[in-house]
Amino acid sequence: MGKSEDKKTAGFPVTNVFANIGNTFVSGDWKTKVSFLIMGFGQLMRGQIVKGIAFLAMEAGFIWYLVSFGARYLSKITTLGTVATQKVGRKTVYGDNSFLILLFGLLTLFVILFFTVIWYLNICENRKEEELLAAGKKLPTNKKVLASLFDSNFDKTLLALPVLGVFVFTVLPIAFMVCVAFTNYDKNHQAPTNLFTWVGFENFRNIFTFGSSGFGSTFFRVLAWTLVWAFFATFIDYFLGMGVAILINKKGIKFKKLWRTILVLTIAVPQFVSLLYVMKMFANDGLINGYLLKWGWINSPIQFWVNPMLARITIIIVNIWIGIPYMMLIATGLLMNIPEDLYESARIDGANGWQMFKSITLPYMLFVTGPFLLTQFTANLNNFNVIYLLTQGQPQSMSLVEKAGSTDLLITWLYKMTVNNTNYRMAAVIGIMVFIVTAVTSLVVYNMLPSVKDEEGFQ
Amino acid sequence: MIGNAISYLVLILISIIWLFPFFGLIMQSFRSYDPAVEYGGMVDYLIPKTFSLDNYRFLFSGETNFLLWYKNTIIIAVFVALFQTIIVLCVSYALSRMRFAGRTFLMRFWLILGMFPGFLTMICLYFLLKQFGLTQAGAVPGLILVSVASSGMGYYVCKGYFDTIPKALDEAAMIDGASRARVFLTMIIPMSKPIIIYTALVAFMAPWCDYVFASYVAFGHDSSFNVAVAMTRWVWTNDYQGYFTRFCAGGILVAIPVTILFMCLQKYYVEGVTGGAVKG
Repeated sequence: MGKSEDKKTAGFPVTNVFANIGNTFVSGDWKTKVSFLIMGFGQLMRGQIVKGIAFLAMEAGFIWYLVSFGARYLSKITTLGTVATQKVGRKTVYGDNSFLILLFGLLTLFVILFFTVIWYLNICENRKEEELLAAGKKLPTNKKVLASLFDSNFDKTLLALPVLGVFVFTVLPIAFMVCVAFTNYDKNHQAPTNLFTWVGFENFRNIFTFGSSGFGSTFFRVLAWTLVWAFFATFIDYFLGMGVAILINKKGIKFKKLWRTILVLTIAVPQFVSLLYVMKMFANDGLINGYLLKWGWINSPIQFWVNPMLARITIIIVNIWIGIPYMMLIATGLLMNIPEDLYESARIDGANGWQMFKSITLPYMLFVTGPFLLTQFTANLNNFNVIYLLTQGQPQSMSLVEKAGSTDLLITWLYKMTVNNTNYRMAAVIGIMVFIVTAVTSLVVYNMLPSVKDEEGFQ
Repeated sequence: MIGNAISYLVLILISIIWLFPFFGLIMQSFRSYDPAVEYGGMVDYLIPKTFSLDNYRFLFSGETNFLLWYKNTIIIAVFVALFQTIIVLCVSYALSRMRFAGRTFLMRFWLILGMFPGFLTMICLYFLLKQFGLTQAGAVPGLILVSVASSGMGYYVCKGYFDTIPKALDEAAMIDGASRARVFLTMIIPMSKPIIIYTALVAFMAPWCDYVFASYVAFGHDSSFNVAVAMTRWVWTNDYQGYFTRFCAGGILVAIPVTILFMCLQKYYVEGVTGGAVKG
């Protein structure tokens, strides 16, 4: 036919798909036409037993799933259930479970989408077979079809399980939570005892509502601290780590390996051990205050974790302790890549150490590590462990809603809302906000990166 | 020479700062918690007045489930490392070597998925696990399942490594009649020792710090806690004031094997991290 090749270049892919379906139906033989209804029919008739059975089994599975399970959830997804759980005498009569309706309703939608794709593939497969036969060629044997799963179709074998895993444990839950952001699912509407339902954009309005009941002021304060934290945590560690790497790499410094090993200890030791210990070290009755008091340097303990401003600074400083070694490792490898003759000629021109750093080392490092800086920044936006192990977001502040503390990042706040306050609706909104912040930063910064703008820059 | 002297001074100072908390941790772990000897909670001095092994004895005595927690963590770590490595290798090979419909879509889609905060999905995951009986008493396999299931999305470093292996090698083998699967199993995997070790090492170390999800899944079920969940309680809950030295001793026991393992495989870690950082 060859028409499909021409079609691919013209028009939208979507119209292309529909044109393909239509053409196949019109020009296909009766086996193909039956396959529109009974998937795999054409393949079976043409002796493609393996493919035919696979398609047929999928259709059977799909119908069985819809009838026995999916349909009853999908039909209620617009209301998320109307029959409330009631107490009749001493017995509890369970009504609709909004949680299940939403989750399995979504699942059913995904299954339908997936099935449609399979159905389309089934049609394409029929068309391909017809074309092959029309051209007088033989269809691949069943054995070959199976063997191709380990050769030309090996990607499908390799990816099937990982993609399924990501779907069930990431895509479905995320889709579910995105939907929760548009419902009133919170501690007063807990499934299965109570129903929850769609509320539109109410939760999003709430997050931009300022005043005593709204989340607005709290959200923006937490967001501001999240950005400030990510900025300092990324760049302080970056430059200090580079500095330490340069220091260790310097000619004439001995025991290079020893210094590195000492620094790397903070990566090796599990953070919950090291950070919890450091947290206690800075506590009011901890070691540092203990010694400072004993030596008479201070009269009362420094409120490291109590004073909001001090707590923030302490967190950033403690983070240096675990952040520098990581950067040092990366910088060490990269510094060795800078051609020695660049420095050589700079030295001949009479440049001093600082000038060489400023005009050779730094530009090179910034160029090469641009993407890394970006990933570090987004990782720090979501750096749960450091914040939670050190302060759990404390000190708490009366002016913030939902028990947010002065050192809470959006992510720790989200965690608290989910676990302690079961305010799922707002947690979901915060989660979406975190996504937006991450996505926007990544997009904007990524396009500004020198290594993206000018790939040849340093080659 | 003065320059070098200053450098040494700075390095020694840094080393002291870096080592001090670990030194403190070790010292406190040897302080007794027996009130007759010394106080087990927070004190304002570093060197214990009497050295004792009380804390270690306590951990092994069976008064708490410490050994069980330890076992749980090791089981989780080993299985997660094993399965996660397999999955990452499969995904990386497919994405690095094969060109199929939807490849770029898949990569973009996963990239965007990765921008959602992980904890967002916590309640949903909890529910899913509960359906399979993998919470509370079954938390250990549950945690393994969750960590492994989504690990396909973390293919970046490994794919970057595969991309550096010349494709001509694959092609030559395939001309000789080897199938894709054969190329993957007998050629690429043996050549990827550094990246396999890196992937496994990172996967192995993560469960030791997994507090958030582990505490949520194992909620209230003491015998399926991992070390992080169990021992954080000793520090955070006020009832456990006197447990601070016991936490230190437990922390040492947790840190030693992990640290030794890391130090032995440090070379591969550096390789992986540097490679990943440059390619982004």
